Amino acid sequence: MSFNNLDTLYRQVIMDHYKNPRNRGTVEGDHLTVDMNNPTCGDRIQLQLQVNEGVVEDAKFDGEGCSISMSSASMMTQAIKGQKIEDAVKMSHMFSELMLGNEVDDDSIDLGDIEALQGVAKFPARIKCATLAWKAMEKGVDDEQED
Amino acid sequence: MDIKAVRDAFPILHQEVNGHPLVYLDSSATSQKPVQVIEKLDEYYRGYNSNVHRGVHTLGTRATDEYEGAREKVRRFIHAASTQEIIFTRGTTTAINTVAVSYGRASLSQGDEIVITPMEHHSNIIPWQQLAKATGATLKYMPLQSDGTILLEEAEKTITENTKIVAIAHVSNVLGTINPVKEIAAIAHRNGAVMLVDGAQGAPHLKVDVQELDCDFYAFSGHKMCGPTGIGVLYGKRSLLNEMEPVEFGGEMIDFVNLYDSTWKELPWKFEGGTPIIAGAVGLGAAIDFLNEVGLHEIAEHEHKLVEYAQQQMKTVEGLTIYGPDKRAGLVTFNLADVHPHDLATVLDAEGIAVRAGHHCAQPLMKWLEVSATARASFYLYNTEEDIDRLVQGLQTTKEYFGDVF
Repeated sequence: MSFNNLDTLYRQVIMDHYKNPRNRGTVEGDHLTVDMNNPTCGDRIQLQLQVNEGVVEDAKFDGEGCSISMSSASMMTQAIKGQKIEDAVKMSHMFSELMLGNEVDDDSIDLGDIEALQGVAKFPARIKCATLAWKAMEKGVDDEQED
Repeated sequence: MDIKAVRDAFPILHQEVNGHPLVYLDSSATSQKPVQVIEKLDEYYRGYNSNVHRGVHTLGTRATDEYEGAREKVRRFIHAASTQEIIFTRGTTTAINTVAVSYGRASLSQGDEIVITPMEHHSNIIPWQQLAKATGATLKYMPLQSDGTILLEEAEKTITENTKIVAIAHVSNVLGTINPVKEIAAIAHRNGAVMLVDGAQGAPHLKVDVQELDCDFYAFSGHKMCGPTGIGVLYGKRSLLNEMEPVEFGGEMIDFVNLYDSTWKELPWKFEGGTPIIAGAVGLGAAIDFLNEVGLHEIAEHEHKLVEYAQQQMKTVEGLTIYGPDKRAGLVTFNLADVHPHDLATVLDAEGIAVRAGHHCAQPLMKWLEVSATARASFYLYNTEEDIDRLVQGLQTTKEYFGDVF
């Protein structure tokens, strides 16, 4: 039995993030909190961001969901930590492009592990799982900038 | 029941999904449609598409005859006393909302109680939450036993003289529990309350006799019983419906319109504002003909055998948890070890097997089960033991695939 197709979705690195999530927990000190859920499937995430002078100094998450949503949250928090807010948002837009199956060629930003999620593009039903954490991050940034 | 003939009637089943013959195990979400229904819709649109109750022309008369003929088929299907008691709606949700708004707002006030259970579908929770908020009434939950069944003693305790409405699913879309709605209706009536049965998962699978159940309202959808989407039925006792005000105003439900006041048509049209779902009703009529032809008793027996077989076979899968009682309707809700149900459903889909994963529009029940989501395999007349074998095989495959991860 061949799982070639599934293997494009469930890359080793994704399963590793699911099994050993990075940045799971809560941020100490000043932070903003975003709760987001995917009402169609019940996945939920609480994202905490510590933003100082336009830089994401810390990012942590908690929640429950499938391997794709949770590993995406793990990778995202890893990727945006230490980044300027605008770069984090740029990453999010690049990630959306990846999910649409489009090539991303912006050398100024390194998506790192996140590129492992590009296989999700072939599983339209799962794209919402992958983007949940990113949407939460964008919402947090929006709310922060409105204040 | 000739299973081959039944399966041959469903063209959609004969396809490959991701390189495997399709196994469709999501009929509780929506059932597949036989050619008899598809052709009936085609016939209506090609042959006599026309508005009902208006034109005196030939097509309009034909459309009206077919539409009202479907109403009679529904009446016989659920053994209602009169076609006046059969209201076509968009589906179960609209039917329940109609009762909550029309009957509920006029009849309830502070101090009154509405009784439901934690196993209800969102469509049979939220209309009552809203009604409670609008009227000051209290929403009460009847407790469930640990296997997800209702004990009549608990119903006796929860339903009181303050209870005005009891609303309970005939069959749980998650647990498969078949509820004693007839007995609960009797308790409701002894306390002066009305009883609504959410029949979304009942009508497609069980013989429904609303007079025998003695429920006051029975709501169900066409698309879960081989009919088209967008059509459903609200059954209500004539005496109650006569007292109730329409919820939608305009079109078909009008009798006389004056500048500042109007009157409504008689039942059932009073509740069918606008141009009704004509094709949907005609299609539902064809679905009922089809189900009757196969035989409701045979269908129930077939599903019973399937779900028994499924439970038996699925129990052989190590790490599998099945939720709900042993004696159940034709569905099995489960979780497989630490594999999230979405991941499970994706692997099964890669094998051509369609199951549902998520909260099944029953978030309070997920909380009660202490899980965030579950997977569900639901069966209908066209499923076979081979389908279940494929499912069990798919579950083993899922375990193998994620084996070194979890």
